[in-house]
Amino acid sequence: MTMEKVLEVKDLQISFDTFAGKVNAIRGVSFELFKGETLAIVGESGSGKSVTTRSIMRLLSSNANIDNGEILFKGEDIVHKTEKQMQTIRGKEIAMIFQDPMTSLDPTMPIGKQVAESLIKHNKVSKKEGLDQALELLKLVGIPNAEKRLKNYPHQFSGGQRQRIVIAIALICYPEVLIADEPTTALDVTIQAQILELLKDLQQKISTSIIFITHDLGVVANVADRVAVMYGGRLVEVGTSEEIFYNPQHPYTWGLLGSMPTMEGTEDKLYAIPGSPPDLLDPPKGDAFYPRNEFAMKIDAEEAPPYFEVSPTHKAATWLLAPQAPKITPPAEIVRRWAIYAERHNTTAGGVK
Amino acid sequence: METVDLNNVPEKIKKIPANDFQPLDTSTTKERERIATPSLSFLQDSWRRLKKNKAAVISLVFLGIIIFISIITIWVSPHDPTQQNVAYINLPPRIPFLDSINGFNGTANVAGKMVDKYAQANVPDNVNFYLGTDGLGRDVLSRLFMGTRISLLIAFIAALLDITIGVTYGLISGLLGGRVDTVMQRVLEVLSGIPNLVVMILMLTVFDPGILSIVLAMVITNWISMARIVRAQTLKLKDQEFVLAAQTLGESRLKIAIKHILPNISSVIIVQMMFSIPSAIFFEAFLSFIGLGLRPPTASLGTLLNEGYKTFRFLPYLMWIPAVTLSVVMICFNLLADGLRDAFDPKMKE
Amino acid sequence: MSEKRKVLLDVKGLKQYFNVGRPDEVRAVDDISFHIYEGETFGLVGESGSGKSTTGRSVIRLYDPTGGEIIFNGDDISKIRSKSGMQAFRREVQMIFQDPYASLNPRMKVNDIIAEGIDINHLAKDAAERESKVNELLKVVGLDPSHGTRYPHEFSGGQRQRIGIARALAVDPRFIICDEPISALDVSIQAQVVNLLQDLQKDAGLTYLFIAHDLSMVKHISDRIGVMHSGRLLEMGSSDDVYNFGVHPYTESLLSAIPLPDPDYERTRKRIVYKPQPEDNKERKLREITPEHYVYCSEDEVDVYRKKIEEKKAKATQE
Repeated sequence: MTMEKVLEVKDLQISFDTFAGKVNAIRGVSFELFKGETLAIVGESGSGKSVTTRSIMRLLSSNANIDNGEILFKGEDIVHKTEKQMQTIRGKEIAMIFQDPMTSLDPTMPIGKQVAESLIKHNKVSKKEGLDQALELLKLVGIPNAEKRLKNYPHQFSGGQRQRIVIAIALICYPEVLIADEPTTALDVTIQAQILELLKDLQQKISTSIIFITHDLGVVANVADRVAVMYGGRLVEVGTSEEIFYNPQHPYTWGLLGSMPTMEGTEDKLYAIPGSPPDLLDPPKGDAFYPRNEFAMKIDAEEAPPYFEVSPTHKAATWLLAPQAPKITPPAEIVRRWAIYAERHNTTAGGVK
Repeated sequence: METVDLNNVPEKIKKIPANDFQPLDTSTTKERERIATPSLSFLQDSWRRLKKNKAAVISLVFLGIIIFISIITIWVSPHDPTQQNVAYINLPPRIPFLDSINGFNGTANVAGKMVDKYAQANVPDNVNFYLGTDGLGRDVLSRLFMGTRISLLIAFIAALLDITIGVTYGLISGLLGGRVDTVMQRVLEVLSGIPNLVVMILMLTVFDPGILSIVLAMVITNWISMARIVRAQTLKLKDQEFVLAAQTLGESRLKIAIKHILPNISSVIIVQMMFSIPSAIFFEAFLSFIGLGLRPPTASLGTLLNEGYKTFRFLPYLMWIPAVTLSVVMICFNLLADGLRDAFDPKMKE
Repeated sequence: MSEKRKVLLDVKGLKQYFNVGRPDEVRAVDDISFHIYEGETFGLVGESGSGKSTTGRSVIRLYDPTGGEIIFNGDDISKIRSKSGMQAFRREVQMIFQDPYASLNPRMKVNDIIAEGIDINHLAKDAAERESKVNELLKVVGLDPSHGTRYPHEFSGGQRQRIGIARALAVDPRFIICDEPISALDVSIQAQVVNLLQDLQKDAGLTYLFIAHDLSMVKHISDRIGVMHSGRLLEMGSSDDVYNFGVHPYTESLLSAIPLPDPDYERTRKRIVYKPQPEDNKERKLREITPEHYVYCSEDEVDVYRKKIEEKKAKATQE
């Protein structure tokens, strides 16, 4: 994995005009996407993860405003590009797949045509060439009997197969960036496992960089190289997969990890974060997480914390990392994970981070 | 947002007093579960959306004025709409303020010359017919009010009966399902095959032509589309989890229909009703125009059109006026119904 | 030593077919039998099309079962015809639904939604008592009484699900069928709801049939688990037995597909693909392999499975 930056989002701020007022959905989000990696953006509904990715594709609704920030794709800021310019990027260089395979495909068009459409439009190839390529892609994503099925309609396929077709459509132009917005949430767990394997396999073959949005940490552990945790319109913690899972620093990340049953399954009660995500019409002052944070301090209600750098690849926006903060004991599950991290990094010779 | 290097903490962070890092009192449930947006019922929310639609609001205002005038003129009218006065036949409009405009000052073009018809008929100065008089000397404006009132009355009664019969039929058919539904639908199909006009003529042979026969004929045929729509919506809602939940609570089928299904299809019913009113108005007008509807001296927009049509070449205003009124009323209802449909059915969650 | 536990629900040979006799006949539930003890949580697990939701709906009599018996607290409720009998049953057994966005009537205020059961069964003598009962229920599920005058669309998914729980609790039932109550919720909210359900179970002595497709969450909350596939129960046992020593090929494939929040585990996990056995003429049914651990198999496969279980247990004690 090279360190070449494919996408960079800088201090993005997005608001929506609603009848009740201005909703500040994204309140200063910055992150990078490197070539060939999979970055997972984790968060609950309402955290802003979908809004962030739609803003990259410039597919926000009409009452949305990009108030501030830059989105640099291959060095160029795409926030101010016109719709016509964006159309040359969407589908060709940045592609997106969505959650619901039932509604992602046009029910009245044969799938061969749908897969080829993107290629024909963007790369100006002939219809025949397009269909040939479509066939290749369909074989690549594992549709059996692909030649015979080019003329079939979406309703003739199962949910898992439809998602594969959606992936084929997204990848046919060999995009630089693939944004996957909860692509497996609606699928059965065995089908989900297949689709995740497929995505990882294709990433190698097509060498695309993936932004993977989900709220399922198990899926994140499966696919992600790096993880960004989102809450209340901000990124609260960013790090490599290992750092986030075994050395988490933000109480919200602790809450997410603690709320899933462990493999041993010996815990009596799950650690559940109380309350609900904040109403962004009137976001709380300071750290948006403080009303639900059992480790909240007075300063959390006053001032939003800056990012504290835990390692060159790991940062967390929590006052708990300030030098003056008291040393607290995180929940048992987190202590267990920290122990694994500590052990791993003490036994590794040479101080490799 | 800046990043702080833990090995090199900036001064402004170090300066924050240790006291600020004391634990915060855990919030109450209220703070955690707080909902900031004000609460809006479905109707309030829809009204808010409707207000944004200029065409619908203007139509609503227009219709409001028209309906208000129609009712008021039962008691207060410029002239008696049925009173005939042979002396005053076919007078052109005379409106006191518009003395200078030909067409509104009581003069008409007779063989190339403007003649003051009012003077000819010896009409007193203080008696004005704002829209002129018809072939029997009756005030057109007053007859217009009466005509509009009667047309609207017929349309509303028909619409109400449509709803009552159509909704009940559709609900029963949809909720009961199975064989009952199949039978009820076949009955509908047979009924809808009968042309309206045939039913109307049948009515005329049984009843005297008048408001009753028109309303009956309209109701017998118009409720069918309402029933079909209500049935389709009921079928859609029947499998929703909140209806299943009501069943598991032991709610009776009747209560489920009234408490759960009806409120959720009310928007569709209202919109459908709004659309059926202009077609009812037009149907009545058409019948009266071809002579199968109301008989004079009762005035409806249709009879006025019928009378005006006979002298269209010489006295065009006798037909223009009811035609324009009819068109405006129908357009307003259609625009309002369109606006209501959009207001009730938000596609985008804001 | 285990005392004789009371069986609250005993399902025998339940069949639920749709469009019987027609070419598009669907055998959603095809002859399943299981029992649930009073006070326990029985997890019913399966993927889409397995028939687990249909099972729940048949037990609560949203459908009329095509065949079999459903014995609840001693009475065969599949045969209830009288209105009073049904009403009594509907006070004892309640349901929580999957879709928080469709399970609440959008035109009703939260107060009225929760109080519907109270109203039907006349459990409150006046408006004041009704209001106090509703406020109490809102508090129990962790919401504020001020939320009662709002409409469902103003709440988040997790909050709506809690309103649904309050609605079910309003009639003071003994047995609650939870039909995928957490599948549509965010992971952190799932934990809230699951904890709430467990607390309620302890406080009110409830029995649950917990239907879900997330095996790790089911394992956490359930005492015993049943695995369904294509209308049949393929494996049943204590949650430990099924999760740690599941031996039916479908159970194994299901277990191997679950992602866990552990990158080390995920990197080495090998997925097992389930290939349904070809139709042979051997008679298959749920047979007890080891005490309280059942597997759907034929007579001659019993020994094979028993050995498999013993091997797995031996391996586990070594680690």
